[in-house]
Amino acid sequence: MRFTKDHEWIELEGDVAVIGVTAYAAEQLGDVVFVETPEVGKQVKAGDNLAVVESVKAASDVYAPVSGEVVEANEALADAPETVNAAPEAAGWFAKLKLANPAELDQLMDRPAYEAYLQTL
Amino acid sequence: MAMQNIGRPTQPRAADLENHASLTGGRGLLQDEPLIFELGGWDKTGVDLEPAEHDASDLGDLVRAEPIGLPGLSEPETLRHYVRLSQKNHAIDLALYPLGSCTMKHNPRLNEKAARLAGFADLHPLQPVSTAQGALALMDRLAHWLKTLTGMPAVALTPKAGAHGELCGLLAIKAAHDDAGQGHRRTVLTPTSAHGTNPATAAFVGYQVAEIAQTADGRIDLADLAAKLGPEVAAIMVTNPNTCGLFERDIVEIARLTHAAGAYFYADGANFNAVVGRVKPGDLGVDAMHINLHKTFSTPHGGGGPGAGPVVLSEALAPFAPVPWLVSGPQGFGLIEEPAGEAAQAFGRMCAFQGQMGMFVRAYAYMRSHGADGLRQVAEDAVLNANYVKARLQTAMTPAFPDGPCMHEALFDDSWLEGTGVTTLDLAKALIDEGFHPMTMYFPLVVHGAMLIEPTETEPKRELDRFCEAMLALAKAAKGNDRERLKGAPYLAPMRRLDETLAARKPRLTWRPGTTGVAPAPLAAE
Amino acid sequence: MRYLPLTPDDRAEMLSVIGAPDVEALFRDVPETARNAKLFDLPLHAGELAVERELAGLAAMNRPAGAGPFFCGAGAYRHHVPASVDHLIQRSEFLTSYTPYQPEIAQGTLQVLFEFQTQVAALTGLEVANASMYDGSTACAEAVMMAQRVTRRETAVLSGGLHPHYAATTQTIAHAEGMQIRRLPAAIDAEAAVIEAIDAETACVVVQTPNVFGVATDVTRIAQAAHAAGALLIVVTAEAVSFGLLKSPGAMGADIAVAEGQSIGNALSYGGPYVGLFAAREKHVRQMPGRLCGETADAEGRRGFVLTLSTREQHIRREKATSNICTNSGLCALAFSIHLSLLGETGLRQLAALNHGRARELRDAVAALPGVEVLTPRFFNEIAVRTPGAAAALVEACLADGVVAGVPFSRLDPHAGMDDLLLLAATETTTSDDIAALAAALAKGIR
Repeated sequence: MRFTKDHEWIELEGDVAVIGVTAYAAEQLGDVVFVETPEVGKQVKAGDNLAVVESVKAASDVYAPVSGEVVEANEALADAPETVNAAPEAAGWFAKLKLANPAELDQLMDRPAYEAYLQTL
Repeated sequence: MAMQNIGRPTQPRAADLENHASLTGGRGLLQDEPLIFELGGWDKTGVDLEPAEHDASDLGDLVRAEPIGLPGLSEPETLRHYVRLSQKNHAIDLALYPLGSCTMKHNPRLNEKAARLAGFADLHPLQPVSTAQGALALMDRLAHWLKTLTGMPAVALTPKAGAHGELCGLLAIKAAHDDAGQGHRRTVLTPTSAHGTNPATAAFVGYQVAEIAQTADGRIDLADLAAKLGPEVAAIMVTNPNTCGLFERDIVEIARLTHAAGAYFYADGANFNAVVGRVKPGDLGVDAMHINLHKTFSTPHGGGGPGAGPVVLSEALAPFAPVPWLVSGPQGFGLIEEPAGEAAQAFGRMCAFQGQMGMFVRAYAYMRSHGADGLRQVAEDAVLNANYVKARLQTAMTPAFPDGPCMHEALFDDSWLEGTGVTTLDLAKALIDEGFHPMTMYFPLVVHGAMLIEPTETEPKRELDRFCEAMLALAKAAKGNDRERLKGAPYLAPMRRLDETLAARKPRLTWRPGTTGVAPAPLAAE
Repeated sequence: MRYLPLTPDDRAEMLSVIGAPDVEALFRDVPETARNAKLFDLPLHAGELAVERELAGLAAMNRPAGAGPFFCGAGAYRHHVPASVDHLIQRSEFLTSYTPYQPEIAQGTLQVLFEFQTQVAALTGLEVANASMYDGSTACAEAVMMAQRVTRRETAVLSGGLHPHYAATTQTIAHAEGMQIRRLPAAIDAEAAVIEAIDAETACVVVQTPNVFGVATDVTRIAQAAHAAGALLIVVTAEAVSFGLLKSPGAMGADIAVAEGQSIGNALSYGGPYVGLFAAREKHVRQMPGRLCGETADAEGRRGFVLTLSTREQHIRREKATSNICTNSGLCALAFSIHLSLLGETGLRQLAALNHGRARELRDAVAALPGVEVLTPRFFNEIAVRTPGAAAALVEACLADGVVAGVPFSRLDPHAGMDDLLLLAATETTTSDDIAALAAALAKGIR
């Protein structure tokens, strides 16, 4: 699992990467009430808006950690947005991307680096 | 002696009132009240109408086949329902309502009376203008006051609220740029502290929004503004006094830099109350500004509107004002849908008809009552009241900008709550138990845990003292060992804290039979 | 000054607490050149009596609708409002409160909004409604922009039967927001042209029923054509009382319904404040503009109401909001809701039937006039008639007989080539004597 400074995580499953927000982000957001997941087929570049996650008081953009094509969105979040709070780094994933450039993953932090980064916040 | 021992006892009996609950759920004067859909009868009505003389046979299949689903109430039940509901609301007429940036001031009842005169209230927007000369004259007088108070040459009266006025102002700016071959200007600059409507409006009109940095003393960073102004900037949108309750000292320079870059200066007039009668925005270089009549000129807020948001315009922007235009000629006043003449290039229409006449009457009555001298006193007392609250509260709380006076509202941050576990929200809710409406909280976004207090000029000193004492007592409780008082508040309001997460996750926006309470028998199709 | 409670002693004492020598010192951040604006041409303060005199004088220069025979409609309608409505909306707790940001002390306003939303949903035959817009025309513009968000298409087709002010407002606002607006030429029977104009780029079609000419239309076929092309149908209703008699927009396939709610509970007031009704299919709720009130529970499990889904709105979403609307039309929505509660199902149906009946009488009376042709085949309470000359001149002529003989269409759209068209509305307030007076005045004016 790799991480961004904007608190997205990404994990490779074959040539498809699963993306979500970190436990730290889920905690900071508070109770998640809605997730706007991307449409399948959407092409994104690293840093583009991928999804929107909403709590009662805030709507936050979730950025694509790497470039690629959306191949699946987590439709289950529509009925159960609370999954993002309950299991942010597992069942609360947002979307799956087919990577355009797997080398981009190398730019991201590993867990120790991300945890060290959290200490600086 | 002839001892009289019958009759009612006059001494209250001391009793343990902790956790006292009534037997059937009543709460003294505070009544539980079901929804009209649970109360009303499907065949009940509170009006007596004469029977129709014709059926609707000529309409054939256009006639509604299904029941509508509207419950009816008799007149006494209607009064009860709405009076009971009303008693669950806080109101200016009840106590201080220090909602920063909203200007919750006294609403004079003369204004209500005037707006209900048949000559205003029972006037159709499209009746011949020859039969509405008094209404048009009133609009003309209101326009004269607004132009004089702002030092601006023109005003568009039709916008229906502040945000609608912002839209009107930006559309005029856009039209002026297009006319001057400057349509490539695609950026609007706003400070981070701006009202949410500013970036929302700019984005709405298709502009890119860029933020202007703020200095440590809560003002626009001139160097940052200068760096961001350029050939692609269409306008800046600045609130002055700003949402931190501070006057932009460099406002003249801000306007100069903006104009030098070929951009227009849009002022958000939400806080005009702080300077009305003392400062004319036109003297500061403003090109367009909306005026929330429901704030500065005290038309009632009505639980969320209606408002009115006329926009004053500079000479350069005036030709682009939306229709209809109010004109006067030998035949009296008229409304022009298609302004003629070389300069006239109205950008379009903001709404049907000619604006919020009911609000115009109220605002004009308010202006006439105060006069030029009274309005100046309005600004002075509004500023005095805010500074007094700031002075009294800063002994226990931390002002966001301690140096120098504030204008009409006092802004505190939550650094004084650090380590207590108490939040701005808790403090706000505890204020409810003390009998006050909370201040604006978590706005502006540039101040952590912001508490924005706007007392307005219509608060007597005694009420300000009462409020300050409540705040100081709560501050003491927060810093002491009485935090549950805040964390669990409100305890004494008609409701405890409401679950907003539940509401947002599973939105239930209408009543449906069987979803809540006791449903009346379903309607039979006819 | 009667609205300012501070005494000179109060001010002096407060300044000493602040530590400022005078009020001037509090304004020190204002540039000196602009600090003391002179307002020589404005009068000084005035007592209640003096202000009342001036306003009563201005009011007396106007001819109220109720002063005699009166037939104007075209988007604003004179109805009788029960006395209890105006009494209730002047209660301090409704009149002098604001947007219910603190739900624990705003349940009165919130429950009213929840009831209002339910009433509007029922009237329009749709699942969800918001807590009101400024008026019908701005609600129409907002609906068009919502259709763009839902369909991600850019073109809106406006029927030639849409109120010209609504069309112009939508053109101004939705065009500014980046949409292409195709406004079809004004036409009494506008249905065929609308269906023809729909194509694969169409985000929505906007049709009004009863339309600006009074024509009541079953828009089911337009709905089918729109849906077949992947577009939304927006149905506009300018006379809310018609919901009591006619098929609802939802029943005819509308995806969004907007209406002017002035007719129920609100005075004519020369054009505002009014109240925009806005309803839609539930699946589009997150694309709706404006405030929404929802049901929830408090910490003790009691039912209560809060503003919800506010992440759509400007104060949170800022430049990404669905609309920039903030203040809406709360008190007018309250008046609407109270009046509708008094009417109920039975009362609204009776009221609608009564309006239709009055309009039939009106139609029969003017149809009998030589040279006058009634152009509206099926109507609710308003008809369009062709007059032998310019309708505006005829209206002016009727004024001499104390009759306000409706709205010349040229007032709404001077370029439609319909200068001989006159719009006439009747409501429950119209008497047979009024209609007779109109007929006589028109007959005289035509001669």
